[in-house]
Amino acid sequence: MESRIFEELREIVGPRGLITSREELHTYECDGLTNFRVLPRAVLLPDSTEQVQKIVRVCHREKMPFVARGSGTGLSGGALPVENGIVISLTRMNKILEVDFANARVVVEPGVINLDVTGRVAGREYFYAPDPSSQSVCSIGGNVAENSGGAHCLKYGFTTTHVLGLEVVLADGSLVHLGGKTLDAPGYDLMGVFVGSEGTLGIATKIILRVVKRPECVRTLLAAFPSTNEAGAAVSDTIAAGMLPAAIEMMDNLAIQAAEAAVHANYPNCGALLLVELDGPVAEVAALMAHVDEICRKNGAWEIRVAQSEAERALVWKGRKAAFAAMGRISPNYIVQDGVIPRTELPNVMREIGRLSREAGLRVANVFHAGDGNLHPLVLYDRRIPGQEETAEALSSRILELCIAAGGSITGEHGVGEDKKKMMSKMYSEPDLETMQRVRCAFDPLQLSNPSKIFPRPRLCGEKPGEYVAHPLETAGIAERF
Amino acid sequence: MDASVSAKETASTFEADVREIVTAKYVRAAVASDAVAGVQPRLVVEPGSEQELAKVLKLADAAGLAVIPRGGGTKLEWGNRPARADVILSTVRLNRVIEHAWADLTVSAEAGCTIAKLQEVLAKHGQRLALDALWPEHATVGGVLSTNDSGALRLRFGSLRDLVIGVTLALADGTVASSGGRVVKNVAGYDLPKLVTGALGTLGVITRAFFRLHPLPKETRTVSCVTTDVREAQRLVTAIQNSKLAHSALQICCGAEMQPRIDVLFEGTEAGLTAQMEQVKVIMGASAIPEVGGDVWNARQEIWSSGKGNAQFAVAKFASLPARIAEAIETIAKLSSPKSRWSVVAQATGIGWVRLEGAVSAVESALREFRAELERARGSLLIAHRPVGMAELDAWGDAGDSLGLMRAVKRQFDPQATLNAGRFVGGI
Repeated sequence: MESRIFEELREIVGPRGLITSREELHTYECDGLTNFRVLPRAVLLPDSTEQVQKIVRVCHREKMPFVARGSGTGLSGGALPVENGIVISLTRMNKILEVDFANARVVVEPGVINLDVTGRVAGREYFYAPDPSSQSVCSIGGNVAENSGGAHCLKYGFTTTHVLGLEVVLADGSLVHLGGKTLDAPGYDLMGVFVGSEGTLGIATKIILRVVKRPECVRTLLAAFPSTNEAGAAVSDTIAAGMLPAAIEMMDNLAIQAAEAAVHANYPNCGALLLVELDGPVAEVAALMAHVDEICRKNGAWEIRVAQSEAERALVWKGRKAAFAAMGRISPNYIVQDGVIPRTELPNVMREIGRLSREAGLRVANVFHAGDGNLHPLVLYDRRIPGQEETAEALSSRILELCIAAGGSITGEHGVGEDKKKMMSKMYSEPDLETMQRVRCAFDPLQLSNPSKIFPRPRLCGEKPGEYVAHPLETAGIAERF
Repeated sequence: MDASVSAKETASTFEADVREIVTAKYVRAAVASDAVAGVQPRLVVEPGSEQELAKVLKLADAAGLAVIPRGGGTKLEWGNRPARADVILSTVRLNRVIEHAWADLTVSAEAGCTIAKLQEVLAKHGQRLALDALWPEHATVGGVLSTNDSGALRLRFGSLRDLVIGVTLALADGTVASSGGRVVKNVAGYDLPKLVTGALGTLGVITRAFFRLHPLPKETRTVSCVTTDVREAQRLVTAIQNSKLAHSALQICCGAEMQPRIDVLFEGTEAGLTAQMEQVKVIMGASAIPEVGGDVWNARQEIWSSGKGNAQFAVAKFASLPARIAEAIETIAKLSSPKSRWSVVAQATGIGWVRLEGAVSAVESALREFRAELERARGSLLIAHRPVGMAELDAWGDAGDSLGLMRAVKRQFDPQATLNAGRFVGGI
């Protein structure tokens, strides 16, 4: 049977579009999160929507699960293959199909690289706003699956803000169009629920994006603080003063050291570094920049620099964007965590992270999108020391529990994927998760599209939706639902 | 026992059970003014809590009674005439602002809280929900979300889908479920807040919502200019959109008896605004008129009240491409004249509002043709107010090839079509 299906798939994509050799399949056994690995049965490399449809129809007929994959840079195991399933890699569908400057719309195939969208429209002074740190390699299809963010989503919003329409191959191989070039298409906002569904609702094969006009000027301020507490206070004061910067990033001392070692960004050696970027009309930015400068000084910043040229600005950002990878300079292994807290909880959560870090005897470097409370604690460890990996994983989970307890989220931009599905029950009650899965059942009743991701327990789609049952914690008065 | 007697018994049992839940004070017989598009419900129920609301909804679902959720009742006429209507489920008593976490720029409020009350609370800390909804004194959080109502500020701040960060829903079977939460950035699980925004209450009743907030602007300025024709207006709108100005809103107002006028709203610091005012005047040329007040931004709401006496009229919301607003306006002008009076308020996003006044048959045929033109260019037309006698014109138009999927979603959330039966697209 195996060979019959492969034969059929080979006919769809051609001999060069099907990978079945064990050696080559290893390339696809994991994504950016390397501690989960599953070898797929085969990898398909379609180059058109029709091919994707045909492949998915075979999967549907054979009840064979499939996992869509873009560039494989995801950090939550969203593109991790499933046992006995195939991987559909969209990298060959990498064409920018249409650039419509008059309406600021760009239509792309899912394999198009994030930064290439900006590259295509930059000549007319437009850009594509979502900017995950991996933007030079990650694909738009992957961004859609994960609802990727980035440093500038504080002002510009996430992928979902910039996706206007989708062509989607559903799990039965049928094709639907969600949203469109115009706004407010009649009916449910299925596009809104598809973006960020981590490949569990189907495969996007065409994406209509909104691009944004470049602001008149961009200014980036770098401020050195004694600790994250003072830097955090400066962030709060900036927000309280009624400003909405394009980005506010924070790095603690360990993260600064790593970034320095890796890319020599010329950061001051300090307890915490704040990077504030303002953009807009020149006069507006100048007025606000003076205010941010004053707020930083008032909160104890002992060195403040404003990038004077595009080259200086690029260098400042290079250090921040390289921060995850830079950990390799100061630790043999590390776990990248992604949690969100209400911004005001920052001092408490930082203190707790410090305490947990000392208790576990492991270093934690911190890189934040401070403006929106998105933390990226990096737990450093050495796999060669017995037991340390387990300790690091436990510490990483404890940090997420801190985020939940503070009223936040277990993921701000990396997704749940395989990695955090167990944490979903800690953040949401059973009825919450059951309700989300009703959407799943409408899109993909056989649960073939990236099954076993996001939800700790899949819901049988045939069963009658159950009535409300209180979460045990709720009954015990320990938690309430939000 | 015939079916109608049995139905009556079910209804009276339901009524008794509901009294147990919300007390007799908050259950009353519906009156003529409770009718929805001419369909008369029997009962109005006003639960005092999320849990009460969920229980009433579950009972109604079990009894096979059709439920119409209602907030301030300002947009009840949006959508199609309900196929059935037994119970009005009012959120009037769920009207609290739950928490304004001003330092985090978020707020949570119950569904029945009016937008005006919410804004008043937020303004105490210099913040706002960056949404210029219709009739904010009466419109509620649940109502604006369910109808996806947004105004001119959408250009800069996005619409409700970009502002809502969490919701709690009561489903027809009594399930109370939350999605999203109190943090702006959150990708854990499916984005149900977006799914229910604009769903007209057909998937569940929104009982509370979380929003991200924006600071109130320090200063605001409006500049207007009158243009010779809509093509010129479009040219200016495109030029402003293509410039590096950081305007918050941009609209074209025009009509059968009104030359096109462009309004631009700036928000920010004194220094920033002064510089931008100079730049926009260069684009607009000699006809630029600085305005002191911001009254022009009421234009969208005034479309409902701008008629003479009690003339029959229709209001519709259209979606076109941003570069084709002029074509849409020209189409409406051509289809209306000379039989109907028309006026339009169109935003630079491509979303516009049209009022048509005249004989019902002429208005209806103009709207049908306008919709057909828009749909050919992948746009759409939503009927938001209809004159008596125009009941048959579908409110939504073509939902495209995802209608089957929408029906599947509806079946999962509300299998018996208890909520707002028949009012949404494709008979959902």
